[in-house]
Amino acid sequence: MLADRDRIFTNLYGFHDWRLPGARARGAWDNTKAILDKGPEAIIDEMKKSGLRGRGGAGFPTGLKWSFMPKEVKDRPHYLIVNADESEPGTCKDRDIMRHDPHLLVEGCLVAGFAMRANAGYIYVRGEFYNEAQHLMAAIKEAYEAGLLGKNACGSGWDFDLYVHRGAGAYICGEETALLESLEGKKGMPRLKPPFPAGAGLYGCPSTVNNVESIAVAPTILRRGAPWFAGIGRPNNTGTKLFCISGHVNKPCNVEEEMGIPLRELIDRHCGGVRGGWDNLLAVIPGGASVPLLPKSICDTVLMDFDSLRDQKSGLGTAAVIVMDKSTDVVKAIARLSQFYKHESCGQCTPCREGTGWMWRVMERMVVGNARIDEIDALEDVTKQVEGHTICALGDAAAWPIQGLIRHFRPEMERRIRARTEKLAAE
Amino acid sequence: MSMITADPKDVPHVESFAFTPENLAKAKELMANYPPGRQASAVIGVLDLAQRQQGWLPRVAMNEVARLLDMAPIRVYEIATFYTMFQLKPKGKYLLQVCTTTPCWLRGSDAIMKACEHAADGETFSVQEVECLGACVNAPVVQINDDFYEDLDEASLKKVLDAFKRGETPKPGPQVDRQTSAPEGGPTTLTTATLRSE
Repeated sequence: MLADRDRIFTNLYGFHDWRLPGARARGAWDNTKAILDKGPEAIIDEMKKSGLRGRGGAGFPTGLKWSFMPKEVKDRPHYLIVNADESEPGTCKDRDIMRHDPHLLVEGCLVAGFAMRANAGYIYVRGEFYNEAQHLMAAIKEAYEAGLLGKNACGSGWDFDLYVHRGAGAYICGEETALLESLEGKKGMPRLKPPFPAGAGLYGCPSTVNNVESIAVAPTILRRGAPWFAGIGRPNNTGTKLFCISGHVNKPCNVEEEMGIPLRELIDRHCGGVRGGWDNLLAVIPGGASVPLLPKSICDTVLMDFDSLRDQKSGLGTAAVIVMDKSTDVVKAIARLSQFYKHESCGQCTPCREGTGWMWRVMERMVVGNARIDEIDALEDVTKQVEGHTICALGDAAAWPIQGLIRHFRPEMERRIRARTEKLAAE
Repeated sequence: MSMITADPKDVPHVESFAFTPENLAKAKELMANYPPGRQASAVIGVLDLAQRQQGWLPRVAMNEVARLLDMAPIRVYEIATFYTMFQLKPKGKYLLQVCTTTPCWLRGSDAIMKACEHAADGETFSVQEVECLGACVNAPVVQINDDFYEDLDEASLKKVLDAFKRGETPKPGPQVDRQTSAPEGGPTTLTTATLRSE
């Protein structure tokens, strides 16, 4: 288990003061100038060496992402954008960072903004997180008053302004280019890439969009050094990670743990185990609604990191672990996710707009077995036609949970169809 | 997204809309967060101010937002219909937004939804089914106006709603004995003494 001294989010649960004096007592804003004095190149290099992979779901190396920004500011200003539109079902970690440790995020914005030569940053907070946005705005105000933000931030000679931008309810705005559209005052409809945001992002200027957790861990990594962070977890899957464990466990919770922790240990140690014991486990969605579920046989041994879960044809995603015990109607659980994607499709690309609705309707029939066996194949075929044929990954995200269900629970789907057919024949 | 049409017949006619001086100042503050000429970026925030002032968004309020931000009205209507938090019809004093996405559903959101639908009278309470609210380890969750009520069951939901009916504001957050997102019964981490005292 990760030792308390290696935890970054020491006020995860809000037992302590989230304001500036409390944050400082926990080590935030400790000589930030010294970090900035190393210069952008050294900061990016250190982030690369730490092995930090983006915490928003895709797992792209953070330092590498920062290095894509132009090395000099020319005619267009650079922007740092923080994605706090947390709405992947199962995920509620950024909420805790914003309400209980907002200064880690604010300091991270300065450091990241400086490293990518941005003088301004926007934090896009999902609209429903009203109280969390209030904490964040209060923290930013405190930082300005203490000279940590604004002109000559932390005495570094660098000017940095930071703003909170509230959304208004749209899952799609968590997609980085949809977020940029929304930030510009438009509907959140993803943009075609290229151009990538580092070339033409917010207002057509070089921009980088990072997840809250990726930014909030940066100052601690830079203070304690890349080898410390890289020494936690497994190669290519380094560091600590916030896990959100929901569903059928005795004590659902958020917890910061080492990357690569066995799933079973995570659940048994921190969540009081699966409801009714480990043998009562049916399946787990290991990384938020978008990743395929895993049956118990895989859950017995799987490690919680990017590569281990990818090897099982699933993913770490946002590390939101949704646990389902044997009482669960697993087809219905996935059908509800199909309903989610149908509701959240922005409607721009035909395969997604039409496909999410079609998949949901068929999934609802599968719940009650009102289908033919070969329609399972048709459903799988349609998921493959949606996947990879849309501007953004929402189409993929809608397809994967269904593919996972068919891969691991096809016999259950067939059983329902047969049961209904037999029942109708008997009547 | 939001499936409410822009001007249905059951929406009451509102003659005019003007921001209060206080809200106008707040709107200008929001607009100043963006570079010159990019004031449209503030549209979500300014619409939210209008909705807080009026309780919902009549067409005249959207038109006023468009005028203030120098946007074509249609661009503002697009925003108001795309994002689910904008209410295009009047609603009750308390809006019960019930999350029914899988993590909440696994922990009994069907019963919560049913109870909220039962309580909804259109005046004190309105109800809306919403997608994941992002508080999944505290499921099931209902957002009531700006606050999250978490770890609900039918009994605790009834207590919360009864308190609202009496004109009180019950304490938001977990409705069981639990600190925010920590496991019930106390955290399994961050228990080192140096972290406990500040």
